[in-house]
Amino acid sequence: MAVCGLCGRRVLDGLRATLRPAVWNSRFPPPSPTDRLPARTFSSSSLFLTKISPQEETSTHFGFETVLDTEKTGKVHQVFEQVADTYDLMNDLMSAGIHRLWKDQFVRTLALFPGTKILDVAGGTGDIAFRLVRSMDETSRRTKKAKAGSPTDKLEEGGDHDVTVLDLSESMLEVGKKRALSLNIESRIKWVHGNAEELPFPDATFDAYTIAFGIRNVTHIEVALDEAYRVLKPGGRFMCLEFSQVPNPLLAWLYEKYSFQVIPVMGQLIASDWKSYQYLVESIRMFPDQEDFRLMLEEAGFQMATFTNLSQGICAIHSGFKF
Amino acid sequence: MTLYSSHIPTSWFQKSLLTLGSGLGAFFNPTRDEFIATFGETTSNQALVFMRRKMVEDPEGRRILRDRPLINSQTLSSSSLRHSPAESFGEAYLKFLETNGVSPDSRKRVQFVDDEELAYVMQRYREVHDLIHTLLGMKTNLLGEITVKWVEGLQFGLPMCVTAGVFGPVRLKPKHRQLYLRTYLPWAQEAGRTSRFLLNVYFEERWHQDLCQLRKELRIPDPPNSAATNPYDVSLLYRTDKSEISNTDFIFEAENRRIEN
Repeated sequence: MAVCGLCGRRVLDGLRATLRPAVWNSRFPPPSPTDRLPARTFSSSSLFLTKISPQEETSTHFGFETVLDTEKTGKVHQVFEQVADTYDLMNDLMSAGIHRLWKDQFVRTLALFPGTKILDVAGGTGDIAFRLVRSMDETSRRTKKAKAGSPTDKLEEGGDHDVTVLDLSESMLEVGKKRALSLNIESRIKWVHGNAEELPFPDATFDAYTIAFGIRNVTHIEVALDEAYRVLKPGGRFMCLEFSQVPNPLLAWLYEKYSFQVIPVMGQLIASDWKSYQYLVESIRMFPDQEDFRLMLEEAGFQMATFTNLSQGICAIHSGFKF
Repeated sequence: MTLYSSHIPTSWFQKSLLTLGSGLGAFFNPTRDEFIATFGETTSNQALVFMRRKMVEDPEGRRILRDRPLINSQTLSSSSLRHSPAESFGEAYLKFLETNGVSPDSRKRVQFVDDEELAYVMQRYREVHDLIHTLLGMKTNLLGEITVKWVEGLQFGLPMCVTAGVFGPVRLKPKHRQLYLRTYLPWAQEAGRTSRFLLNVYFEERWHQDLCQLRKELRIPDPPNSAATNPYDVSLLYRTDKSEISNTDFIFEAENRRIEN
């Protein structure tokens, strides 16, 4: 992690690859071109073709590894195909069940009412989707007694689906569908296979867009934010639950030790998959911190962009509105 | 930094956690081989150094370290294994694979050993484990596995083998436990002490060697369950129902496909 020479703020090295050049350059202007020539321009063929900062254009981070943009989506897809079967078990073990509290708080913050059209991106095994359905049922039970023909009446019959879940990984969707079946809310959820950077929905379709623990895996986060803005109706809300940076240094040290020493070992013992869980903890480190991500929301056009820390900054809920 | 393709560097803390977790896992769930594999890798550094030294001191072992042969379905299908004569070691191995439903590809790659040559020694140990089963005439049930682990533990000193030999019998059913205490354990101790260092045997060169003659050469005493039966009828050693041994072409699928194409 580097310290910005201008303002003294901590800056993640991986941030370069995720912030758009406009945002990056306005805050951290590059030094003059002469002292930034990378070594590779001395190769004969590339002297005039090499861009000054190729990192921003063609390659990105995959955990601590550097990969091409075009490769990252495939690698992320592979990770989730592999972890899908033990995903929920591992979540419970790695966070000692606390991830359930985070998700409960997330859905409570969203404060739904029945009839809301929601898109849950990277919704995989359905944790958020099931909570959204339950939350809407709760609200309809609490607010109105059922009148004939009222929206609540239709919902209690299990009418049109309320929640659309989108995920890159077919295996994760399969696990989610099975769980929905066992909870008897099959009809309330629509499962779509797709990429957050290219949502297969028309403009202004949804009242709310949620993404929980998914956005850090997207290759071009700003593209996903633009897409989110596009598919939201005016007045719609964007909500993101994601791992973030812990401000307190002692806790941060403990958290880092736990992340890197314990989590891949658990992945190896329970899921026989060290590498996927190593990617998981590295990708958390590569994600922008709370304030930087809030700025990214503003860049994408969201208003009233705010964040709330959970568990001392281990995760954060980011929220923005489209007006 | 990674020393070989499947290498995952680990700190001592991670190795301790892995040892604890995989040890418990292996005890409560011995059928899952990744627990035993992980436990073996994290605990065997000293033993691997000893094993490598024994290999370096022997001419056949030196050739193995130099050639670094691997045992998987590809290398086996292109070897002379399928043409092994009757009652040979190769034929016994094929029958062993068939009747116990084991594939030579089931061995995982070594991940947690932090030395490249020692990682090969570990990989070699893993891959010849089935061959040692064949040599010792042991089935892949718990009793057979414990017996093989005793022999390997006495010869190689691998902690994983020693703990399997000591703690494994706790899970034996009463009948097998009697057999173990009365017959198999003393036999395993004798075999472990008198036989030649089994990692120094270049098995790939010995497919056509007669099984009994190979056992004599390696000073392996006759397996306990063959005492009352014909020592050449290897099929009786591995299955109680004497069903017809079907073709072993599943191993040579790769070879067949190559020939057809």
